[in-house]
Amino acid sequence: MKSAILQTATRYLLPILLLFSFFLLLRGHYYPGGGFVGGLVASIAFVLHSFANGTASTMKILRYKPLSLIPIGLAISTLSVVAPLLLGLPPMTGLWFEEPIPVIGMIGSALFFDLGVYLVVIGVVLTILFTIALEQ
Amino acid sequence: MLFTVLTGLITSSLLIPFGKLVKAKWSIVLPLVPVLLFVFYLLHIPTILGGTNLVQHVDWVPSLGVNLDFRLDGLSLLFALLITGIGTAIFFYGRTYLKGHPYFDRFFAYLLLFMSAMLGVVLSNNILTLFVFWELTSISSFFLIGFNNDSKASRDSALSALSITGLGGFFLLAGLIYMGHIAGTFMISELFTKHDLIVDHPQYPLIVGLIFIGAFTKSAQFPFHFWLPGAMKAPTPVSAYLHSATMVKAGIYLLARFTPILGHTEIWNNTLLIVGGFTMVFAAIHALFRVDLKGILAYSTISALGVLTFLLGLGTQEAIIAAAVFILVHALYKATLFMVTGIIDHETHTRDLTKLGGLRKVLFPVFIAALLAALSSAGLPSTFGFIGKDLIYEATLHYKTNWTLWLTALAVITNIGLVAAGFMAGLKPFTGKLPPGFANVHLPYPSMWIPPLILGSLGLIFGVFPGYIGDIFNYQAANAIVQTDTAMHLKIWHGFNTVLLLSLATLLIGIVVYFFNKPSERKLAAVERLNSIAPQRIFSIIGRSTMRLSNWYTQTFHNGYLRSYHIKIIVFAEILLGYKLWISGPIHIKWDSLTPLSWYEVGIVAMLLGALYIIVTTRSRLTSVVSTSVIGYCICLMFVFYSAPDLAMTQFTIDTLTTVLFVLVLYKLPSFINITSRWLQLRDAVVALGFGVILSLIALRVLQEPNVTEISSFYGENSYLLAKGKNVVNTILVDFRGLDTMFETVVLSIAAIGVYSLIRLRLKSSEKE
Repeated sequence: MKSAILQTATRYLLPILLLFSFFLLLRGHYYPGGGFVGGLVASIAFVLHSFANGTASTMKILRYKPLSLIPIGLAISTLSVVAPLLLGLPPMTGLWFEEPIPVIGMIGSALFFDLGVYLVVIGVVLTILFTIALEQ
Repeated sequence: MLFTVLTGLITSSLLIPFGKLVKAKWSIVLPLVPVLLFVFYLLHIPTILGGTNLVQHVDWVPSLGVNLDFRLDGLSLLFALLITGIGTAIFFYGRTYLKGHPYFDRFFAYLLLFMSAMLGVVLSNNILTLFVFWELTSISSFFLIGFNNDSKASRDSALSALSITGLGGFFLLAGLIYMGHIAGTFMISELFTKHDLIVDHPQYPLIVGLIFIGAFTKSAQFPFHFWLPGAMKAPTPVSAYLHSATMVKAGIYLLARFTPILGHTEIWNNTLLIVGGFTMVFAAIHALFRVDLKGILAYSTISALGVLTFLLGLGTQEAIIAAAVFILVHALYKATLFMVTGIIDHETHTRDLTKLGGLRKVLFPVFIAALLAALSSAGLPSTFGFIGKDLIYEATLHYKTNWTLWLTALAVITNIGLVAAGFMAGLKPFTGKLPPGFANVHLPYPSMWIPPLILGSLGLIFGVFPGYIGDIFNYQAANAIVQTDTAMHLKIWHGFNTVLLLSLATLLIGIVVYFFNKPSERKLAAVERLNSIAPQRIFSIIGRSTMRLSNWYTQTFHNGYLRSYHIKIIVFAEILLGYKLWISGPIHIKWDSLTPLSWYEVGIVAMLLGALYIIVTTRSRLTSVVSTSVIGYCICLMFVFYSAPDLAMTQFTIDTLTTVLFVLVLYKLPSFINITSRWLQLRDAVVALGFGVILSLIALRVLQEPNVTEISSFYGENSYLLAKGKNVVNTILVDFRGLDTMFETVVLSIAAIGVYSLIRLRLKSSEKE
């Protein structure tokens, strides 16, 4: 589907949607949002780009195979789960910084857990869709 | 003792990573395992002779009463020495026999597994652990029989052996559990004291029957004997080890072990006498008409197992002693003969008795080994076989019934057959003229002919010092079976009496039979007809029907059509949910508790119905996919109205992506053709409507339940306090139920990797083409 309008639009939509997805991820702890939805929105951004410009060019933007996001995401989640063990606490204990960070807000282990979920979701969705799309 | 069982298991699993190494250079470590274990058990002889039994207890599944309890008494020791001792010979022999075989490491892994399992059987003090090891011997035997897995005959034999012994295993398990339940214990040492309790129980015949089936299938008693000749498809070291010296004797071990618990009753003794007596005569006669060396050995093994069952059936102390001695006698000469057969097969590539002859000229040391074994098997005075046969005749002659003469006659006939069969296997290939084709047959490596030579000579040495050997190996074994402590002493010379006369007559007639019996294919075919009495046919019919059943099951339930899977899943859910709804009582709807309808709800429902109508009627896949996503979006709107923004957001994005996925897949499908008939459409409609109705009823039913708010109020109160988040849904996802989320992400990842590898792998193979 080669459409000049869509191609032009995605050029601006891709960064905006990615930003929005990240916004959803960060606000998830207080307002509707979270890693899962954020990841889905991010995937939609890439899927839209692939619709306008072809899957091959989206893969070029991504540089790495989306499959590689899965282990990274799982690793971040796992680390956030086992991190409390280092402090002698049971795994999955919520750890939080005392002071909120400007713009982002409170940072705690739950946020990293969500970040892992976010990356895994992007990896999974893009892997499935792009693998099927690229199959000849 | 636990370590002796584990040694084999651990070595066996170590062969997975180190198999290549062992195959290339370090194969010498393999025989060291049985050597080590053999020495271990040799060192225990003095303890056992002193009359103490070793016990060891390790908790395994204490809550089920299944523990690793081991016990070493005379009977166990005799078997443990056989397993490790013959094992040592077989390991040395097999190492050369299979040199350079591509599955060399695998073979020894199976063999070690088997050895451990067999040790477990004879050492277990808990009947459930005994059963586990019992099954393990069947399984390892399956792999060993089917070792030449590119031959169909070999695979079939393996399957037939496994199904017979496995079937027997089921019966055995039932019998063991029944017995343990009645006695209130699963410990063999405790069961010894419960003999009267079990024997007087009304279900006693059932228990005995179940255990008999287990033992008879394993020890190839008529009518379950037919798997054993088939099992000879295994490489010869396996036949020598499993199917003559050890595994088939597991059934005998079981009977001997349970004699003090279940024995000394009419049912016990008479069944064993009849089954054992029939098997030994049937198989001994059968052996004479075989032309395949391994066939002769297989049938003479069945006959020998029959003799052992028969002796246990006599049940007198003399008979038990005879059995204990005969186990050793038979293991020694039969393992030797098998190994000799293996050498002949290895060097001349035939086992056909009508083609073999004169091999003594080229395989002299092998001939000596075979001759010693054949003489022991024939029971020539001063061989160990002579002692064994003497004891058998003594046992039958002293058995006080009206049938004494008949029983003795059976034993004589059997032994005549065994004498002739022993000569046929051990002497025939070596005598006469050497066929010209075998002139350049050469002796194999010493590691192949030394083990049979040693075992064969032992038959002679043991025969010269029977008193000494009997004290060491058999005296405590017999005592363990009869549970008494009486001295016995084996003697070479009993003076001129009926027994000696019978022995000599047996030998003479056996030799006469050997000279006059010329086995041929024609006679074999005539005898083979006798086999049709055996339920071999029934078993093959059962086998075929099982295949058909599984074929039918696969084609019906796993036919690969998505629509078929869907309808089965939905119908199944409908039945379960419908049943649950039905028994949960009538549904009362409190109309006043429902919120009034608003106009936008009506609008959405109208949209839903419209989309539904399009899906059902459209002839375009794309349209139906888009309409499906319309339904999804409508549901999202519902979530928004009922204040579930998180759900709505997720559903929106998921729906979008699903549609994209659908379109991508649709793109690759052939154009739409309607293949469902009117009738099928009607059926689908009924199923779909049924599902909708059931779900709606469940929703209404839920309203009837008292409103429980504990869970939601807990999360509402604690999400900020404990998880520092104001979004309850998200705190549940990442904190309260974080482990669930963790595993869900893992599941998603697996799905993605699955899709990726399925599609990519297929691409790879198509690229190859």
